[in-house]
Amino acid sequence: MSVSGALPTPRALLSILLMALLGLGALLGLGRLARSARLQRADFVFNNGSDVSSLDPAAVTGTPEGRLLRAISEGLVIRDPRSLEPMGGAAHSWERSEDGLVWTFHLREDARWTNGDPVEAADFVFSFERLLDPATAAPYAYQLYPVVGARAYNTEVDEAGRPAHDFADTVGIRKLAPLELEIRLEASTPYFLDLLAFHALLPVNRRALEEARSRWGASWEQEWLRPENIVTNGAFRVLERRLGDRIRLVRNRDYWDADSVALESIDVLAIENQATMLNLYLTGEVDWIERLAPSLVPRLREREDYHAEPYLGAYFYRFNVTRAPFGDVRIRRALALAVDRRAICDLVLKGGQGVSWGLVPPGFDGYAYPRMAHTERGGEEAMDEEQALAADCEEARALIAEAGFGPEGEPFPPIELHYNNAESHREIALVVAERWQRELGIEVLLLNQEWKLYLGTQRNLGYDISRSSWIGDYPDPNTFLDVFKTDGENNRTGWGNADYDRLIEAAAAEPDLERRLEVLAEAEGILLEELPILPIYSYVTQNLVHPRLGGFWGNLQDEHPPRFFYWMDDEELARSRAGL
Amino acid sequence: MARFLLRRLAWFAITLWVVMSLSFALMRAVPGGPFDGERRLSAAIERNVAQRYHLDWPLWRQYLQYTGPLNLDEGRAGFLGGNGTRRFGGLLTGDLGPSFKHRDYTVNQIIAESLPISMALGIAAMAWALALGLGAGVLSAVRRGGKIDVGVRLIATLGIAVPNFVVASLLILVFSFGAGLLPVAGWGSARHLVLPALALGAPFAAHIARLARTGMLEVLSQDHIRTARAKGLPERIVVLRHALRGGVLPVVSYLGPAAAGILTGSLVIERIFAIPGTGTHFVNSALGRDYTLAMGVTLLYTALVYTLNTAVDVIYRLLDPRIELGGEGR
Amino acid sequence: MSGPTASPWRDARRRLLRDRPARISLLVLGLIGATSLAAPLLPLPSPVALDLALEPSAPVAPWAEFGRGGWSPEAYWKLSPPDQALLGLREAIFGDWQTSNWLGTDARGRDLLSRIVWGSRTSIQVALAATLCSLLFGVTYGAFSGLVGGRTDNLMMRAVDVLYSVPVIFLVIFLISALGEYRTRLAAHGIGHMTVFYLVIGGVYWLTMARVVRGQVLVLRETDFIQAARALGASRVRILIRHLLPNVLPVVVVYLTLTIPSVMLFEAFLSFLGLGVEAPMVSWGTLAVDGVEGINPIRPFWWLALWPSLAMGTTLLALGILGDGLRDALDPRMAPLLGGKHR
Repeated sequence: MSVSGALPTPRALLSILLMALLGLGALLGLGRLARSARLQRADFVFNNGSDVSSLDPAAVTGTPEGRLLRAISEGLVIRDPRSLEPMGGAAHSWERSEDGLVWTFHLREDARWTNGDPVEAADFVFSFERLLDPATAAPYAYQLYPVVGARAYNTEVDEAGRPAHDFADTVGIRKLAPLELEIRLEASTPYFLDLLAFHALLPVNRRALEEARSRWGASWEQEWLRPENIVTNGAFRVLERRLGDRIRLVRNRDYWDADSVALESIDVLAIENQATMLNLYLTGEVDWIERLAPSLVPRLREREDYHAEPYLGAYFYRFNVTRAPFGDVRIRRALALAVDRRAICDLVLKGGQGVSWGLVPPGFDGYAYPRMAHTERGGEEAMDEEQALAADCEEARALIAEAGFGPEGEPFPPIELHYNNAESHREIALVVAERWQRELGIEVLLLNQEWKLYLGTQRNLGYDISRSSWIGDYPDPNTFLDVFKTDGENNRTGWGNADYDRLIEAAAAEPDLERRLEVLAEAEGILLEELPILPIYSYVTQNLVHPRLGGFWGNLQDEHPPRFFYWMDDEELARSRAGL
Repeated sequence: MARFLLRRLAWFAITLWVVMSLSFALMRAVPGGPFDGERRLSAAIERNVAQRYHLDWPLWRQYLQYTGPLNLDEGRAGFLGGNGTRRFGGLLTGDLGPSFKHRDYTVNQIIAESLPISMALGIAAMAWALALGLGAGVLSAVRRGGKIDVGVRLIATLGIAVPNFVVASLLILVFSFGAGLLPVAGWGSARHLVLPALALGAPFAAHIARLARTGMLEVLSQDHIRTARAKGLPERIVVLRHALRGGVLPVVSYLGPAAAGILTGSLVIERIFAIPGTGTHFVNSALGRDYTLAMGVTLLYTALVYTLNTAVDVIYRLLDPRIELGGEGR
Repeated sequence: MSGPTASPWRDARRRLLRDRPARISLLVLGLIGATSLAAPLLPLPSPVALDLALEPSAPVAPWAEFGRGGWSPEAYWKLSPPDQALLGLREAIFGDWQTSNWLGTDARGRDLLSRIVWGSRTSIQVALAATLCSLLFGVTYGAFSGLVGGRTDNLMMRAVDVLYSVPVIFLVIFLISALGEYRTRLAAHGIGHMTVFYLVIGGVYWLTMARVVRGQVLVLRETDFIQAARALGASRVRILIRHLLPNVLPVVVVYLTLTIPSVMLFEAFLSFLGLGVEAPMVSWGTLAVDGVEGINPIRPFWWLALWPSLAMGTTLLALGILGDGLRDALDPRMAPLLGGKHR
């Protein structure tokens, strides 16, 4: 055993060393803690839902990224936070030619980048060229395809992998003067201004990029986007970035409209867990969250800080029409009829989601909104929900029998209902499966796959029926309808219809707005007769927002630029409360 | 001792290599790539993306590129056909590559940012588990058969009977909403560390209590303790100086698995408390097919667990010279 | 030549039954096991029968409402033939009567008591199957390694060490994903999702078993009776089967009772990450995850968290106490190896 002596034994020394190492590790960690603690609470804190994958506008696709990028950068056009009408951003005005094919933009004189450079037309030409450059591999490059020559420039490459065409010669984007930009389109695109407000079309500073490339060599792609190096032109700029935690933004004093920006600092959090974000909101650490757990919505709905708005998103099931028996439209229609949409919206989701009998969600004035044929609820017949659903199920059974299945014909093969494990997909699938089993006698197996696997299965048509959503990129029915063109990249059902394709193309070329919507409605009518999809509901966004926050308005695309936010004083708060 | 450590180092390298190769094979075998998203890219763009990240290379070449030390892309050495701007790279030079999902970060940067946080949390959890567990276990052994003993045994077994996310949620409800003392989530001060460390360490405190109790009971009935008592030494000295050393042995051998368990448990705790540690990256990178980050974190965890196990063996040996280091009879 | 194989079982059993806590846990576990087996027979509501309402409904005390009608044998998924038979028997005895929601319902109106009972089936199945898998791999591997000794043993244990260092969750995510991709091909061979699950978890837990068994075999190898057997020229295989395995079994059994709780908690952990058992199957892990949703400051649905936690806690507590008792009851010489009581 140990003998006390003058010198510690080697063993004891080693154990002391180990303890010291452990202590060092602890100190490092706690030191990190102390550094983190230096940040005071920002003026405004909101949860962005997930970590932003990049600050490069050309590289990102998600809504959280879009939200952040639109706060720190400004495109040619921005949108009014209430009506989503295009307003002047980096460009203060623009003209459109008679035929709608040529747009001329006039940029502001006083717009500046954070490195002092003026914002010029050349910046936009550079940024759009970069977006369309095949080497950049931008997922949203197709947003610029309405521009002359853009598609060819982006998709056609020579053997070395470089673009086969010259940008300046073939693509319809050019600088007329330092502050004037001309864009020529293939066809008049009524939603073109909305496209310009999209986050992929935000500008990047050429000088910053080139300096980074020459300075840092191989790692320039990470370096030019770091908070200390990144150059932006928006209302806020990036102060600090902590992965998995928060991004700290501060008001950009060089912004041309900096005086009207009320918030001094913003924290953008990246929390995914629903319970955690709710807890943070309820304790006042976060001022705005979205995505609420359905089981709590009935209680949360009664609060003054709860806002629900229709959202430009559709939730539906895809049929794999290449697999028997889903090739038979009668089967698809039967399955589509025997779904209790009302129960799903009211009792599963509980957020006020809208029952959907079509693809395009509500929100477009002047659009005819064709519907899938079904028994009318509460119409002149005054049938209530239960009776109407029963009638629909009756029709469904008849259709199945007609197709050769059921008690008189062959037994219906088991169906696999495919979904990914997030939100309420499982709950909805359970409800749908239960009704199909009960009313139609079909055995339904639930197949849950994690996200990447789910995407792969859908893409390879390895499913029977698969849960899907589609969020509109711009406020026009086309953003939903052109998904289902024959062999469209995002079609993923194996369905195609020549008439449908023809109508979609005709609508793209149609200059008259009213006529265009008519053509699109006709196309959707075909879609809803053939039913390669099973419409279920249209989205509603649910936000919990601090009651004192002003400048927050609901809109169809759930865009809430922090540029317009401010904190109400007591008087205004009382007024707004009285107004409710 | 030196020979033992050297041998351990050699096996460390081999272990890392095996883990890396295994993980590499597994990751590429699983369907779904890092850039699969809801909106499909056109064929040309997909090709470009694949090229940028060398996903179109044959697997063996990607493997060698990842391992290094020779770089195999355009920057490779002149005699290999490249332009010589970037001759070296890869794992053997300490470069874990760029993250596929967090495009603006390299894996090294991500780990450098998140690891100290996870370590702080893990050490705090382990510290409290050891303190509480040892204390309760020793006390329970000394007061064997009494009410304290029964109470500790009961609570100890309960502590490992409920999943840690349930414990975490209850703690939040009680201490954050109920008492208003501690923050519900987040990171930035010592107060943010309390609840996560509690929730993370609870099951291990329970295990340690049981092991300490058993170990102490074992030692307390041995001859040299009886001798010490017969010599008239006060009970406290007997327990603390003579018995503790041997009684703590089962706890020490549990430290390795406990550390590994804390690593796994932190995946859940970091999610619930929104702590920006490596655990979150681990799960998300595996599910998101972020090859480089997943590999980097896997190797990190392997290294940590291996080092801890070695440290445990060394401590074990220091405490009980009878145990021969060499890996037998464990 | 008599070895310690003669009477230790009886001695052990006696010692075990004398230990009161162990007796009680044995009883509790037996009850849980019996309820679990007899689940289709009990007049509970179906665990998957949806009754959509706005919120989970609170428990209804048995004295307030003992039972109601409205049960139907249609409201189940495809049950195995024995279960189907039990269900038929239940229908014959109870008709369409079912218990009320004594423990409350979840957000879809599904009875919680029923889900706990049926969930115990899945959890116990997973735990048993996984531990059996780990037993199969682990015992064979460990016993062989210990017996052979020398360099092969060294190499085999090194392999275990290396595999030990592989982060488990990573393997699990990938195995579950990969096997999900080939599900149709596997299903054709009768390997469903649950089997995959068992294999994955078992594939993760066998390492510790291998280590323990090998350690035990190493010790036993030097004992007198094994030496004697070898001296008498018994073949390795014979030694393995007749002498070693019966003496290794106690250690294995004790380890099993200590591993099952780990497996159950691991299953809960996987459910939290979204990799657990699929709907409509229900397990205690999924119930725990659902229960966590009930622990919120807006409207605590306390029953969602309390009852499953109690069920799980009681079972694991009983298993723990039983494991302690088993370890103390079996050959006292072996107990110190597992950290057991000293006599």
